[in-house]
Amino acid sequence: MIAPEERIVAALARLILDPAAPPARHIAVGAASPMPAAACWLVKLMGHDVRLSLLHKRSGNPFTEGTRELFDLTGQGRIDLFFLGGGQIDGQANLNLVGTGDWPGTGVRFPGSFGSAFMYFMTPRTILFREEHSPRVLVDRVDNISAPGVSAPGVFRRGTAQALVTGRCVFRFHPDRARFSLASLHPGETVDSVREATGFAFDAEAEIPATPDPTEAELALLRGRVCDEMVETYPEFCARVWGRRAAAA
Amino acid sequence: MLLPSADALAARIPDGALVAIPPDNSLPSVAIAKALIRRRARGLRLLGVPVSGFATDILIGAGCVAEVETSAVSLGEAGFAPRFSAALKAGRIVVRDATCPAIHTMLQAAEKGVPFMPLRGLIGSDILANRPDWKVMPNPFAEDGADPIVLLPAKQPDFAIFHAAMADSAGNVWLGRRRECATIAHASKAALVTVERVVEGNFLEDERLAAGAINATYIDAVAVAQRGAHPVALLDEYGFDAAYVADYARAAKTDDGFRAWLDREVFAPKAVAA
Repeated sequence: MIAPEERIVAALARLILDPAAPPARHIAVGAASPMPAAACWLVKLMGHDVRLSLLHKRSGNPFTEGTRELFDLTGQGRIDLFFLGGGQIDGQANLNLVGTGDWPGTGVRFPGSFGSAFMYFMTPRTILFREEHSPRVLVDRVDNISAPGVSAPGVFRRGTAQALVTGRCVFRFHPDRARFSLASLHPGETVDSVREATGFAFDAEAEIPATPDPTEAELALLRGRVCDEMVETYPEFCARVWGRRAAAA
Repeated sequence: MLLPSADALAARIPDGALVAIPPDNSLPSVAIAKALIRRRARGLRLLGVPVSGFATDILIGAGCVAEVETSAVSLGEAGFAPRFSAALKAGRIVVRDATCPAIHTMLQAAEKGVPFMPLRGLIGSDILANRPDWKVMPNPFAEDGADPIVLLPAKQPDFAIFHAAMADSAGNVWLGRRRECATIAHASKAALVTVERVVEGNFLEDERLAAGAINATYIDAVAVAQRGAHPVALLDEYGFDAAYVADYARAAKTDDGFRAWLDREVFAPKAVAA
């Protein structure tokens, strides 16, 4: 059995390695991002030469100036790829991490924007991820913009979303027309089922490929060495997906 | 100055003070937060550097906080911060949302003693739209005169509070690589620090320790509080107590649950110690 999280992780890993995208030499992973962290470890343990900066890893954290160093590095253009999620994500790839209703989230309050309003502009590419794929999360227009998907001409911006990976499919983002297109469907999904679960309009070709399953080699890595690397930082995730408990501290 | 306890440090923080607190992965002093609750502090304005976690949630729940400026409030894998969410919903606190590098930048401006610093990004976000204190101007160095960029005002907290591994006889504190605590100590009018222990000597005379130390110039007072970061991890000395935080997250879902938690975890140990 392939866990839904494993499928998302493998899809993220393929996007990291996409030869059509700018190279990912240095990848950073922020808070509350176990699936992107797993994808990065998978890429690295498959032998690709990438530098990983995992902000929430206690041992092996690369920064000696605190978290501020991540933003300074990114400001200089030294971070190639980042990952962002959102309580809401809309069809123009705007992200809402603040909350629904009026500012600052008087409906349902989410934790907050973290570094999104900076990182989304300053990395050449961002991969969006959100396991829940429903009209509640993928909306036509976010209630509040933590970080905009596209910017007006003249506003300095190195990049925007490359893709959005959910529990149902993979979307590509096209910043020139500020629109998503369906790239692949996870097992059991159709274009219609995805449309029904998505609050925004998107483009779809006549033939949409299936999202490839993780390979046996990828699954073995995920359940073994990737989990080893993750268990200290994301004990709940590792317990839920891989049934692994961290050693007592 | 070495004080006898976290409670003595908390006594130096007046109601209404602007207090900078690092997040759960970066050495907050939960000991001072609990002491502020015991002293029944009111009207505190908290600055999460750059985000907020457990210490902020318990201070809000205990009614100590009027305002919080932060880039996020979260208990990590234990989920959303329940008392923060409840207070925001009830309108009991003012929430000033920011983004992580903006908070670092405002503090770095205070470190340098300049009135503002620019930061890329932000333009087009509702964070910026809701921050009348943040300005946009054309980059004056751009050749074509365009290139809008955000200017952020310097922010000088009244107090930085955090927890470090150790202090020395000269009043320097050592916390290793978590240098954002140095930024908030430099930027604030005073830093109040709990430590696991006080050691003889002077960290600044040892090249291996100097880089992870904060000069006593910036430190107003220190007190020993063993496991003063708990339930948060302290470097390689002790780990994150996920079970304690998960238990808190469950208890703090309701007002009554939170009150019972406070009585047990904040007020009762004091009574035992006295």
